[in-house]
Parts: sequence; C-alpha cells; structure tokens
Amino acid sequence: MPIPQRIPFTKEMKKNYTVLIPMMLPIHFELLKNVFNHEGYNMVLLTSDGPNIVQEGLKYVHNDTCYPALLVIGQFIDALNSGKYDLSRTALIITQTGGGCRASNYIHLLRKALRKAGYGDIPVISLNPSGLEKSPGFKLTLTLIRKLLACLVYGDAMMLLQNQVKPYEVNPGESQALVDRWVKTLSDQISAGEGKSIKELRANVEAIVKDFSEILVNRVPKVKVGVVGEIYIKYSRLGNNNLEAFLASQDCEVNVPGLMGFMLFKCDNRLEDIKLYGGSKAKYALVNFLMNYLLKTEQILIDAVKPYPQFTPPGSYLHVKELVKGVIGYGNKMGEGWLLTGEMLELIESGYPNIVCTQPFGCLPNHICGKGMIRKIKSLHEDANIVPIDYDPSATKVNQENRIKLMLSVAKEELQEWLKGSAQEVPAAAPVKKEPAAAR
Amino acid sequence: MKIGLDIGSTTIKCVVLDEENRIVYHSYERHYSQIVEKAAEILTSLGEQVVHGRKAMVAVSGSAGMGVAESAKLPFIQEVFATRIAAKTYIPDADVIVELGGEDAKILFLTGGTEVRMNGSCAGGTGAFIDQMATLLNISLDEMNEAAKSYDKIYTIASRCGVFAKSDIQPLLNQGAQRNDISASIFSAVVNQTIAGLAQGRDINGKVLYLGGPLTFLSELRKSFDNTLGLQGICPENSLYYVALGAALSAEEEIDLPDAAQAVAHYTGSGNFAANPPLFTNEAEYEEFVARHEKATVKTADLSTYQKPVYIGIDAGSTTLKTVVLGEDGELLDSSYQPNSSNPVPLVREFLLGLYEKHPGIRIASSAVTGYGEDLIQNAFRVDNGIVETVAHFTAAKRFMPDVDFVIDIGGQDIKCFKIRNGAIDNIFLNEACSSGCGSFLQTFANALGYSIADFARKGLFAKHPVNLGSRCTVFMNSSVKQAQKDGATIEDISAGLSVSVVKNALYKVIRATTPQELGEHIVVQGGTFLNDAVLRSFELELGVQVVRPTISGLMGAYGAALYAKKQSTGKSSLLSLEELKGFTHKVSVVSCGLCSNHCRLTVNTFAGGRKFIGGNRCEKPVTKKGTDEGLNLYEYKRQLLDEYQQVQGSRGKIGIPMGLNMYELLPFWHKLFTTLGFEVVTSPASNRALYLKGQHTIPSDTVCFPAKLIHGHVQALLDEGVGTIFYPCLTYNLDEHLGDNHYNCPVVAYYPEVIGANMGELKKVTFIDDYLGIHRRKEFPGKLLEVLSRHFEGLTLKEVKAACKLAYAEHDAYLQKVRNKGREIIEKARGEGRQIIVLAGRPYHLDPETNHGIDKLIASFGAAIVTEDAVSDQVEKFPTGVLNQWTYHSRMYAAARYIADKPDMNLVQLVSFGCGVDAITTDEVREILEDEGKIYTQIKIDEITNLGAVKIRLRSLFAALKDR
Repeated sequence: MPIPQRIPFTKEMKKNYTVLIPMMLPIHFELLKNVFNHEGYNMVLLTSDGPNIVQEGLKYVHNDTCYPALLVIGQFIDALNSGKYDLSRTALIITQTGGGCRASNYIHLLRKALRKAGYGDIPVISLNPSGLEKSPGFKLTLTLIRKLLACLVYGDAMMLLQNQVKPYEVNPGESQALVDRWVKTLSDQISAGEGKSIKELRANVEAIVKDFSEILVNRVPKVKVGVVGEIYIKYSRLGNNNLEAFLASQDCEVNVPGLMGFMLFKCDNRLEDIKLYGGSKAKYALVNFLMNYLLKTEQILIDAVKPYPQFTPPGSYLHVKELVKGVIGYGNKMGEGWLLTGEMLELIESGYPNIVCTQPFGCLPNHICGKGMIRKIKSLHEDANIVPIDYDPSATKVNQENRIKLMLSVAKEELQEWLKGSAQEVPAAAPVKKEPAAAR
Repeated sequence: MKIGLDIGSTTIKCVVLDEENRIVYHSYERHYSQIVEKAAEILTSLGEQVVHGRKAMVAVSGSAGMGVAESAKLPFIQEVFATRIAAKTYIPDADVIVELGGEDAKILFLTGGTEVRMNGSCAGGTGAFIDQMATLLNISLDEMNEAAKSYDKIYTIASRCGVFAKSDIQPLLNQGAQRNDISASIFSAVVNQTIAGLAQGRDINGKVLYLGGPLTFLSELRKSFDNTLGLQGICPENSLYYVALGAALSAEEEIDLPDAAQAVAHYTGSGNFAANPPLFTNEAEYEEFVARHEKATVKTADLSTYQKPVYIGIDAGSTTLKTVVLGEDGELLDSSYQPNSSNPVPLVREFLLGLYEKHPGIRIASSAVTGYGEDLIQNAFRVDNGIVETVAHFTAAKRFMPDVDFVIDIGGQDIKCFKIRNGAIDNIFLNEACSSGCGSFLQTFANALGYSIADFARKGLFAKHPVNLGSRCTVFMNSSVKQAQKDGATIEDISAGLSVSVVKNALYKVIRATTPQELGEHIVVQGGTFLNDAVLRSFELELGVQVVRPTISGLMGAYGAALYAKKQSTGKSSLLSLEELKGFTHKVSVVSCGLCSNHCRLTVNTFAGGRKFIGGNRCEKPVTKKGTDEGLNLYEYKRQLLDEYQQVQGSRGKIGIPMGLNMYELLPFWHKLFTTLGFEVVTSPASNRALYLKGQHTIPSDTVCFPAKLIHGHVQALLDEGVGTIFYPCLTYNLDEHLGDNHYNCPVVAYYPEVIGANMGELKKVTFIDDYLGIHRRKEFPGKLLEVLSRHFEGLTLKEVKAACKLAYAEHDAYLQKVRNKGREIIEKARGEGRQIIVLAGRPYHLDPETNHGIDKLIASFGAAIVTEDAVSDQVEKFPTGVLNQWTYHSRMYAAARYIADKPDMNLVQLVSFGCGVDAITTDEVREILEDEGKIYTQIKIDEITNLGAVKIRLRSLFAALKDR
C-alpha cells in the first residue's frame, strides 16, 4: 500500500531552507526562533491572521478534528500559498507530544494535508522530547535544550508580569515596550552563549521583575480572570478569538498560567507512570534528575517575584499537584490532564476565582479534566466562577463573548460587594491576594 | 424614566419604568433581523410618545443587543444577569428560574448558592428549535400546543439540535405516527434537553419561574416541565419582559434618546466580515448561466392524448412528495412536486385517483417508489417496485449524462452523493446527523427572516459580498448569521452566504473533497435545493467546473424510479385499482415490540381489507415472527458470551461493575479476577432508555460521546441496587496487541471514571474504586492491584492476587480466542453459502444494542453475515499507517480494513460515535486503507438516537453497489 515515504529534513537543508514555525505564544516563540536561527537554522515565525487560515484548515483537515490542528495546518498551508516562500527550499516544524490524545497525530494530519494540497515534497520536522521521529538535519543537543528552556523561563516571566502590569499602566504601552526591549536583550545574550545557566537565569529574571516593578501603575481594583484550557487554544490568539484582548476591553486583569507547568507535567507523567504501573528504576532516576532540574528552574521566577507584594507569583508545580490531591488522579495525563484542574484550583486560591476554561469543541481530555471537574471544584470553592467556552471554526465570537460576559457580570457584582465592604473597614493597605473572595 | 431594551435573536422587547419601578409601557415585536432599524424606531417613538422628552435612562440587553449597545454607546447588561436583577426585585422569594428564548436556554438558581447557567454553543431545545419543528409538522405553534393537549404516547426525540430531532421525527411521520403525540414528544424533548444540559446534577425545586417566549405562549410546554420536575411552576405576569425589566432596573445613565436613535440607525457594523466573491457580477452573466442550464431537459408528451402504456415513479421524500408519469420512450407525461405535509399517504392516493379519473383509459404497466416513505407507500398502494434512493438517482442521472461519474443530490434534509466507477455506484456519501445544511435549512432561514425561499434565494444572486459563514449545522449557523449582521452584512450578503455554506457543507463535510478532480469530470447535480440558482452557482464557483443540472432537478428520484419501473416491467402493474383506491382506508396504531431487547416502537399501519404494514422495526421478527439467522452474527455471539459471566456467590461480598465503555471487553478479565478472589461480581443491567435517563442529569459535558453518557445510567443502576462497592478503574493503557505504535485507550475511555466520581454525588455513600491501574504490565499489575484493594478489603495476600491475575489474563485471552474462532466459523459458513460478509467495525462497547441501535440486526436482515474487527485483526501483521497508530481498539480497525482488502466477499462498515474526536482520525485512515484497494468505505454515525432510515439507505446502497460489481 502506498504510504508515501516521509521526506526527511537533511543536513543540507539546514543550511539553505527556511523553516516555518506556527504561532502560539508571541513572546516565547519569538525568543525560540531567535535561538534556532543562531544555531544556524533559518526559521520564520508565522504571524499571519485572518479567515483564510480557517478556510484552508477546513479544506484539508477532517472537520471533526480538533480546532488547533485545523488552525496550525491552515496557517501552514496559507503561508505556503502566499507566495512569500521559495517552496523548493521551505520546511515546516511542528511539535509532537506522544501522549494518548489526538495531538500526537498532528504531524501526520499535517503531512496528509500537505499531500492533498500538492505540497507533499515539503519536509516536516517533528519537535518532540521522546524520540518519536528523527530528522538528520535537526538535532536537539543538550546545549540547545538548555537554551530553549531558558526561553521558556523568560517567556513565562514576561507574560506573567505583563499581564499584571498592563491593565494598570499609567502610560499605556510601557509594558509592551519593556517586553520588546527584553526580548532583544535576551536573544542577544543567548546567541552569545550566555543567559542559560541557573545563575544567569536568576540574574536576568530578577532584572526583568525589577524593571516591571518600576513601571508607573494605578492599581484600581479590577475583575481578575484566569484562563486555562487546551494548550493551543488557551495561548493562541488565533485559537481563542483574541480572548486576552477581549478581557482587557472588559477592564479585567488576566492570568494565564505559564508553559513551565506544562513541561513539568509532561516530565512528571513519566515518573507517575512508573509509580502507578511499575517500570525501570534507571529510567526513573534519569527522569527524576531532569525533573529536579526543571523544578529548580521553575523556582527562579517564583523567587524573583516574591519580594514584590504587588505581584502574584505563579503557583509552584508541586503546590498545584498538592491541590488536586483527592480531586483528580495523578495518572490523568492525556492532554493537559490533572494539571488543568490544578491550575483552576491554584487560580482560585491566588485570587483569580473567575475562570474561562477554553477548549476546542469535542476535545476529549477536557471532557474529563475541564468540564468534568467544574462541579467538584465548585463544591470545594463556592466562589469559583468558571465558564467553559468551546472554540471551533464556526463557534461565533458573539456567543462566546456573551457567555464570558455572564461570568464577568457575576464577577463584577462580587467585586462591587467587596469594594462596599472594604470601603467601611479595610485600612489603606489593601490586601493583594484573594480580593473578591475575601468578602466572604 | 428608565428604559430597558431586550434585543433577542428573533424579537425586541422593551419596557419603560417609572420612578417606583412600575411598568408604564411595554412592547414585544419580531424584528426579522432588521435589528438596527427596529431598535432606532423604538427609541425614537419612545421619546415622542412615552417619555415626552429627549432624556431617559436606558440600558440594553439580549443576545443580539451587544452590537447595538456598542454602536450607540449605551450600557449593556448581560441578559441572564438582567433576568436575575428583575427576579430579585419583583419576585424575591423565587428559587429557580427556567428561561427559554429564541436560541438560548437558561437556568438560574437563586437560592442555596447562586448559579447562572446558559446553554453551550451546541444545544438546541429552544424557541428556534420549536419553530423548526412546527415548520416540519406544517402547523402553527398554537396548533402544536393545542395538539399536545391530547396525546397518548411520548416518543423519544433528540432535541440536541433541530437536525437531530428532524431525523427522529421524519421517520415517525412517515410511519404514520400521530401529530399530537409528536407535538407532545417535542415539548418533552425540550424539557429533557434543558434539564440534562443545564441542571447538571443540581435539583430544581422550590418556587420555579418560567420565563421567555416559548414558556409564556405554550401552556403544554409548561405542563411538560411541571410533570418532569414534579412541581407546579409559575409563569409570572410580564414573563416575556424579565430581561428588559432587568435592563431597565440597571439603567443608571441618562441618555439623549434622539441622539441614541441616530447613532443606532447609523450603525453599519465594522463591515469587516469574511466575504466570498459575488455569485454573479452582472445580469448578462446570470442570463448566460440560466440559458446553459436550461439545455439539460427531457422530452415531454401530452398524457391526455397518450395511448401507450405508462410508468409511474413516486419519490416520497422527507419533506416533499414527487411523482412522475413516463411514456414508453421515457417521455415525461405528467409530474407533481408538493410538500408532503408530514403524511404522504393521502397525497399519493389523491394523485392516483386523479390519474385514473382524468385519464380513464390509462394503462399503467409498472410503478416504483423510492425515498423515506418507500416501505409505507409500497405497502399501502401495492406499488410494484421499491428501490433505494441512490439507485433511483443514478438511474435518472444516466439519462442526462451517460458517462456520469459523480452525482450529488441535495434534498429537503439530506445530501446524497455518490461516485460511479465502472458503471456501478462506488462510494456513497450521506450527510451525518450533525451536518444537514440542506434545503429545509435554507427554507427555515428564509422564513425566519420573513421571506419566501424563492425571494430569499433571488436576493443572493447579485450580493456584493456573500458572507463567509463556515460550514456547520443550523444551530451554529444561526449565531454565525447573527455575527455577520452585527458586522454589517446585508440580507443579500447573508442569502448568498447561506447558499455558499450549503455547498461548502456538502463538499467539505459530507464528501470531504479538496479538489474538483476528486469528484470526477462529469457531475450531475440534482435535488430540489439545486433548483436554487444561488446554490448551483456557488457549487460551480467552488469547484471551478460546469455541471449538469437537469431542469427536472427536483423530480430526479421519481424520474429514476419510473425508469426503473420501466426496466422491471412485466406489462401489468399491481397498483391498487380505481375501486380499491376509492375504498382505501389507513389506520395507525403504536405498539412496543417485545421480541428482543431493542424494544422497537412499532407503528402498525392497517389498510383497507386488513392489509398491514409495520414500521419502526429493525429486524424482521415482528413482521415474520421469525428471527434472522443469528448464527451468522458475531455481535449476537459476543453478547451471549458476555451474558455467561453471571454472579457467583462469594465470601468477600459484592463488587459492582458498570457495563459500559472498556468494561465491556474487560468483563471476562475482571469477572474471573474478582470471582477467584471470592467476590460476588454484580454487573449493571442491560442498557435501555430508562437506564440512560436515570443518569442523564449527572452528565457534565453534553458533547461527550453517547457510550460515555450511558455509563452514568449504569453506575446509577448499581447504586439503586444497593451494591456497596463499585469498581471502575482508570486505564491509561490497554493491553498491547502489537498492532500499533502504542496501546493507549482514548482519553474518554481511559479517564471517564474521574468524571463519574466527580459528578455522581451518591457515590459518596459507597466504596468507589476508580484507581489508576496498569493491566498492560502483567508482572507488576498484581502487586499494584493488591495495594489498591487492600485499602478497602482486609486479608488479601499477594499470592492469591497473583494467582487470580494469572487466571484473569488467561480468561481474557480465551475470550478473545473464542471470538476469533467463532468469527472464522461464520466467515467460512457465509462463504460457503455465498453470502456477503460485513465487518461491522467499532469499539467493543458498540456491542450494546442501546448504543448500536440494532444496526447489526439490520445488516443481518439483508442476509449478510456479520463479524467484528477483533475477529480478524489478529491475522494481520503490524503495518505502516499514515497516522500514529496508538490506540489498541483503533489498531484493530486498521488491521481489519487491511485484512479484508483482498477478500472480494468481505466489506467493512465502520460505526462511529458522534463526538468521537479520535474517529476524526481513524475514519479517514480506514477509508484510505480500503480505497487504496478499491473497496467501498461505509461509515455510520451513531448517537443517543440514530436515524435508522439514513442507515438503511446507506446499507441498501452498499448492497446494491456490491451486487452491481
């Protein structure tokens, strides 16, 4: 049977091919791109937008497939159609997680779509941590992995701080300018082989936090909203109809948990598998070593934010893991698994009880760890105000925003009541944590 | 004064309050999507006639109000929230509010922990849904309410979305079910949908308010809620205006009314919607197009002077009845096209009577009937032949294009397309339950916007910017249209956009084509919907080819049937004579068949002279009183095998196993294991509708697959039986059968116990074991299992657990082996008898008759043998697939597809549960494996309720195609 031969990404291609990266997180991916390019690749981050992407996706991907696959593939094909790239020298890169959900199949769906669209000769690189697919021209060396990890730490730090500063800026645009400046500084550093050791990471992150703390803000009380969900939809503007901008327009502060938790989760899953079902001790020790390194890296941002009471630090992975105990099992590892439930619990605990739980329509893992857990979370936290929102090619913004507005109406009422209460009794120094929840 | 405007999906409601919050004015109007104009008009007239001044406090609410509010800078209040504000003011002691609107359903819990809930994006069961159903029944809402007052029986109707319900209702109508029963059933479906979708495990009690249009206007809908909830709800005064009242109560800003009206009127939206190119840029282009298509016509002759024998073709379609009379040379002598008004029988009688009476000398040589109503009409009027629709359409298409290689027919509510290879129907595409963007869909929209379908379609022809509306089902489309209007699209743009979306739906959802080459060079389009020039033009534009649309596009089914009748003619038709027609009677009664666990609801039609026709059956049992040959149905055998795992008394007490999802296949394993350890294994009873409904209110996600939803009922059944321990473990991994790259379970199968644990409160009273277990690691498993069990039971030793596990694995292997052996036996026997063999491929839990709706029996009734995917998958070595092959159950399907590829007497039919994300991947892959070897791929989507009519068409077409090969 003709299963077409996979087109490998060769060492020669590394020299003269343009590699396209789909967009997910602007800050993180911009950094990643710069790192790769310094390693000798020529990568381009796709910033394209617009209805054409969905149209191409619908055309070449089974319409019942998850929306992220449809968008990522649509974005690729739209880019290949655009005429901007020399098709004889273009390759694509996509992640492959290897878990039990459909996401591990994206690369195959992409190849199917490319063949249908007449781009069967375009090589696709699998970016995966588990050796699922290898490309001769693309190697993840230890140094490269450490550089990528550094990007992740910096990306999470800037995303966290920007979310907490931007809504309160006195001079609009200052935090964005700061992010732009740091992206440049960090890219230069990493390119020069610096900025990736724990020590350097610490110094940089501390400097970033300090810079953000110096932006002039006016901290009027705002509704605080957490965003969780399937990873692509949660982060990608394209996937969530620009949710963050909408929430900003509704005068909210947004908290989107960072990428580090997800990495730790994926790593920890291997340990949990062995704990639950048995397995090699040597493998356990090796993964455990990596886990500890990641945990140490995660701590950098938490430690750097702690001295600043105006900022809410990210919840630590181990704490989030502690929170889900008795709510959902650690064996639940497909997709975002128990981490999604954990992030909701952590957000509620740190003063973001209003949550948008995003998922692609028909996302299987989220039936369990998203929608399936809301009732249990409500039974633990009466103030939890969670709205699940489905995203797909035809779900309309009007409907989505209307439902989010319902959640925000409840949140605003809580905030008003809290303000009434605090006007009478709370002294000058307003509590930083658990604002609306404190009213109860 | 305070003004509240509630701009909903179909109506605008307005109230004006005085200083004491008393209503001084209110209005309720349909806006026919002229939202901007209507809102501006209301604001202006309020200023002049009610407020008598320029200034008033105003707030806007409602699902379509957001755009208006934004444009005129008016404060916007979310509508559910507005309802709550109004209720708190006017009826402070209310506990729960149930509010149904045009497209939204809401439940508000006001006491005991406030919660507000609104239907998600995939949920019908609302005003628009009831409207659609009334259109389908061809009665007004008042008549529907009136009809529902006297009913005998409630049918199960899915109200998830209109499309689903239509496919439930249509067969009922065609089988002759009564209108009042159907009306009451529709209301009951809405109630179930609202409660299941929104209550999510929370009880509705106390003082319940019914608000919104449907609940205000339809007394029987309220009664249906009362009955189901077991209480007496109140529909308060002004129940239509609660949202508007809430808005008015929250109005705090003083607004200049004429200015606001001005701002609203000038709101044109961002103009920033995605648009397609215009269908026609000028009149000349259109005229050329019309002229080209007028050439595809048929010869005609005058029936009143025709002397030779004639042939009659009848197409009893889902919404229309078509008839043709053909002459010896295929000339068209007479034809009709009319709505079937939900009962085709009297219409056919009138047609035949008219024919005999107007043409006394008529010589009918033969007749044939096709379409949804085929069986009923054939039996009622003794029609000579009944043929499946696809064959009828193919026969007709060949007359216009002898070398046709693709036929696409878009009818009232179904899409049928097929490829023709070597003169035989090769590949059939039918729309699945959730993608019916068809004729009735356009009609519903036209009516909702206040146009006739013809006028509406014409509007779209010269639209400047046809809106890009995507290609989803009607429910989604409603909100897409709303969004487009908000963005400034005109009615013309929307009309053209809807036509484009019908085409895209057919191409990308149903056919899954990417290029016109895939369809072939010679395409015939037909069906009533293609008479719509806008649809036809979009189709040609989208594909970039010119197609043939016969001028009798809407009659092709009947035309093909008549041609078929001619071919099969013996010279003398068996049709009822004039005398028989005059004395014709038709009575319908409804009974439940008790001959097997499917409990089909049968409609028994009795005609004059005591002739009977039974509809609604899945197998031949109620008709012939004999079973089909169950010896050749591996589904039956597997069910019998599982039934053998009975309760065995044990010293350690009872342990309950819910029979659903993976527990189906693993029953032999767990049963052996626990029985050996001295437990008494209690399985939940066989699934049925009642069992499902028992657990329905605890389902948190209404878009999860039906097999998962069903397990809530099984767990509830075990709880009701008083079983103290329920065992339902999480299994990330399945056993490795070495057919794929990994051996996962799908996320739902793997982790559904978590959902059960988190959402079924009663489980707190029992021991619920939902730990993560790894049966795939045979060595470590006993130790890990011991850890888990020892938390709940004393005195278990590793030694006995190990021994029990060993037996359990052996039992599992033996079970699989038995299935394979039986499968081989069936294949051999069927092959010896020259029968077709169908691999009905799905998941092990598709064995459940409540899940597969008796499709195995339906296939058996065609005389084919049935085996399962796991009966043949072991005979294939692992092979490379185009996708990551990582789920145990799915690997079997790929292997089965591979296995049958070179066996001419074997074919595969794949069962797919609605909402199964994994199957979006597997279906394409299985299709590719089969088509690479020249096999026909057949997929059947199943859900809570499945339209067996469509399944039948698919299967009959498959068998017809196999016969032709």
